[in-house]
Amino acid sequence: MPTVSVKRDLLFEALGQKYTDEEFDELCFEFGLELDEITSEKEILIREQGGEKAEGASDVVLYKIDVPANRYDLLCLEGLVRGLQVFKEKLEAPRYKRVSPADGGEPQRLVITEETASVRPHAVAAVLRNITFTQERYESFIELQEKLHQNICRKRTLVAIGTHDLDTISGPFTYTAKPPGEIRFKPLSQSREYTAAELMSLYKTDSHLRHYLHIIENEPLYPIIYDSNGIVLSMPPIINGDHSKISLNTKNIFIECTATDLTKAKITLDMVVTMFSVYCDEPFTVEEAEVVYPDGRLSVYPELAYRTETLSGDFINKRVGINESAESIAQLLTRMCLRSEVSGEGDLIQVEIPPTRADVIHACDIMEDAAIAYGFNNIVRSTPRTYTVANQCSEEDIADKLRKNITETRAVHISNPKTADFQVARTSLLPGLLKTIAANRKMPLPLKLFEISDVVLKDETKDVGARNNRRLCAVYYNKSPGFEVIHGLLDRVMQLLDVKPGRNQGYHIQAAEDSTFFPGRCAEIFSCGKSIGHLGVLHPDVISRFELTMPCSAIDIDIEPFL
Amino acid sequence: MADNGLLESVLRLVEKVDGGTDSQDVAADLGVDHQVIVGAVKSLQALGEVISAEQKSSRHWELTGEGREIAEQGSHEARVFNAIPDEGLPQNQLMKMPSGKVGFSKAMSNKWIRLDKAHEGGPRVFKTVEAIEDTVRDKLQLVQKGQSAKLEDKEKNELKKRKLLSEVTVKSYWITKGSSFSTTITKQETELTPEMIASGSWKEKKFKPYNFEAMGVAPDCGHLHPLMKVRTQFRQIFLEMGFTEMPTNNFIESSFWNFDSLFQPQQHPARDQHDTFFISDPALAHEFPQDYLERVKKVHSEGGYGSQGYKYDWKIEEAQKNLLRTHTTAVSARMLYKLAQQEKFTPVKYFSIDRVFRNETLDATHLAEFHQIEGVVADYGLTLGNLMGILHQFFTKLGITKLRFKPAYNPYTEPSMEVFSYHEGLKKWVEVGNSGVFRPEMLLPMGLPEGVSVIAWGLSLERPTMIKYGINNIRELVGHKVNLQMVYDSPICRLDS
Repeated sequence: MPTVSVKRDLLFEALGQKYTDEEFDELCFEFGLELDEITSEKEILIREQGGEKAEGASDVVLYKIDVPANRYDLLCLEGLVRGLQVFKEKLEAPRYKRVSPADGGEPQRLVITEETASVRPHAVAAVLRNITFTQERYESFIELQEKLHQNICRKRTLVAIGTHDLDTISGPFTYTAKPPGEIRFKPLSQSREYTAAELMSLYKTDSHLRHYLHIIENEPLYPIIYDSNGIVLSMPPIINGDHSKISLNTKNIFIECTATDLTKAKITLDMVVTMFSVYCDEPFTVEEAEVVYPDGRLSVYPELAYRTETLSGDFINKRVGINESAESIAQLLTRMCLRSEVSGEGDLIQVEIPPTRADVIHACDIMEDAAIAYGFNNIVRSTPRTYTVANQCSEEDIADKLRKNITETRAVHISNPKTADFQVARTSLLPGLLKTIAANRKMPLPLKLFEISDVVLKDETKDVGARNNRRLCAVYYNKSPGFEVIHGLLDRVMQLLDVKPGRNQGYHIQAAEDSTFFPGRCAEIFSCGKSIGHLGVLHPDVISRFELTMPCSAIDIDIEPFL
Repeated sequence: MADNGLLESVLRLVEKVDGGTDSQDVAADLGVDHQVIVGAVKSLQALGEVISAEQKSSRHWELTGEGREIAEQGSHEARVFNAIPDEGLPQNQLMKMPSGKVGFSKAMSNKWIRLDKAHEGGPRVFKTVEAIEDTVRDKLQLVQKGQSAKLEDKEKNELKKRKLLSEVTVKSYWITKGSSFSTTITKQETELTPEMIASGSWKEKKFKPYNFEAMGVAPDCGHLHPLMKVRTQFRQIFLEMGFTEMPTNNFIESSFWNFDSLFQPQQHPARDQHDTFFISDPALAHEFPQDYLERVKKVHSEGGYGSQGYKYDWKIEEAQKNLLRTHTTAVSARMLYKLAQQEKFTPVKYFSIDRVFRNETLDATHLAEFHQIEGVVADYGLTLGNLMGILHQFFTKLGITKLRFKPAYNPYTEPSMEVFSYHEGLKKWVEVGNSGVFRPEMLLPMGLPEGVSVIAWGLSLERPTMIKYGINNIRELVGHKVNLQMVYDSPICRLDS
């Protein structure tokens, strides 16, 4: 879940209201946010780097707010305030508008060449005209891009955003891909030019950028955007050029998003422009840009698409479990930035989904918003009338499928294990029990432990190529091996399972060799003629490998035939 | 046990004194070792209220072995002095005496003797005074006579430093008559026997009282792990509510059932190496219901069933990847698919409690595996209010009645709700579970009828267990570092109290 950090006083100023921490926490809860932490830059520095480093740091109160992972429109102060103001009916959701250049001039154009196809084939673009930044707005603008990069852009693998001072560059722009040796420019916050190959090694040690290098590192061609004079705008998804960098004084911004996923690129672009067009001279308008594909196709961005869904009040009422008029449901939805109207036909409601709400992809998403606006905790809690009869799990015909010799099965391997102890799914319960004894050597003897649980075995007959196997394992650890104790346990278990001693229909044990056990002290257990496991005195090597010192006897059987 | 003769002698002594007597005096009077009297006192105590004995400790001074030798034969320095004739003694000869070394230096510092190093024939020792007073011996003899009080503390400490005296603590009893004091011993019976019952002799016997303060003998028994005890309670609750247990014996799952079937897009962060354990062998699943797979692919990449879809290039290769299941919801998906294949839909209520695996950062409350508890209800016309109602009933059975719900996000449920309960101890709302209504994009491709809603919720087994049994570190509860003493001592699980 992304966390957005906002200055409390700035937030309250924008909301036009002061809240106590508790009141604001309550508002968040109702809206589906979580006021995760109340802190300050100073506090964060003290916690992370100690008191000395925090000297002179700001102690302006910060709210850290957890935002649902699909609500990209709430990832910055501007979006949060807009969402909450509309929710509190203090503001009407703005209408975002794509406009042509004011002076009747040609729109900015981004031409994609076919070389990009192999590495990062998509790009979209837009222009924010006559924007006014302040320090806070500027920081929020940078922060939003970072949040989008981390979330919807999947750490820049799917989409990378570049923002440029349009007055320093001139279109048309070319998005192409070149061998790293042929790319040369001065990147953001460096004092000289580097080739792309040099940059990749320079950023190996950069705590922030090194995480993105892998995306293109092994590609023969790197993506690169030039203006008409050959000035580098950016080398996505790694770094922008220094030449076109934006500042507090920037008035006109060219925004490009390059991507491997076009849908996500469009959403990302829509988010950036809808959030920050509020600071344009003509708020909520965005100047269009053209993108030309290698095949000559021309698209105009940003899409800023509004979509209308029609659904009935009855649908909402039935799914949520409330009984509201279509009018009041329309009002609820409008509070969630989904401008809605009763259509006049029955109880049908026309719901307009704005470009900021890319998370709304189905009527059920609209239904949830109605429920949130109604207040989850205002909904009457009722018991479903679903009549069912309870059953405990019976593992059906599993016994038939279990005629394989366990020793033939191999372990299932984990490809990204966390620790050396966890490279395969366990195939036996015995090591766990012996480790448990080792960790509890201070306990009085004898130690008698058992576990009934699942192990995992490879099995070609299963769709995933593996299956669980339910086993019983028990150990007896004392000054004498206690084979008779473990043997007695087997007898008792069989008695409870109603299996009688005997060679054919019953169970019996017979001498066997198994490297886990001491020679001559091991027997194989048969039930109805089939081998189900072993019991015996553990081999001294096994005992000492688990750093144990006493004799130990053990039983390990498959219990699925008895389930 | 001390013999009755001794016990009666002790009793006779106690009878003579009114205010009671010290066991040490009794030992002195009877001329036996104090420990024997201590044994006798204990035996008498066991007989009931014959005597009452209060333990007390006293400190007194005692001679060490060397101290006793000196009390008898004189101090080393005195012995050295006495050994020197008027014409003196060669030093080397003097040093050969048993007391030589110590005695020589002490006698020198007392200025009783002098050493003539220049004497012809080697250094020679001479007396410097006519007679001496062996105060060390005198003091030790005082202590020996039990008159150590006559010595000053400083003197005693000086002798203690020379290891001639030691201070010992003696535990003794102050013995007084008990409420049923008598000078004759009647033996008390410890237990009722079949013979006593047969002969009726129990009527005349005196029985030794039980010590009700002592612990009983621990029964020989096994102990269930707390996690299993809590699991049993949860199973019980589900069964009481009419839920059927799902077969969850498949830790290895394909990405298809774990994610794709749940409408979780292929670029979702949960499908990252950082969140999920993937399997290298067997790496891929090889069998899927083909037409269902096609419908899943379509709803992800193009939409359908009223959905816009995610509009991305869905790949079978991603869906095939095997993994350690990250939630039991993968099992719910298989069960709901199976349900959808029935000729006629019947409402179901399912539950499961089993292991799931996540590539999490390990800490005191997180392991890479835990048990997920999950409940699922599928029926026509289920509402969000129904989900809240059934959660209310479920948590009431756990003893949690104050619930509230927070809107949340989950890729496969819409609406999604986090469940919070009011924690009386912490005085705040804490998250106790997650819940939601499965998305139509998940249910309709399976073939479930349009009007059917499926509501579900989940929580972990470890968290309530840790709270219930007051365990702070999950490693003490799960895995081989489990504290067996904790397992032995943990009470039965009653979740509603």
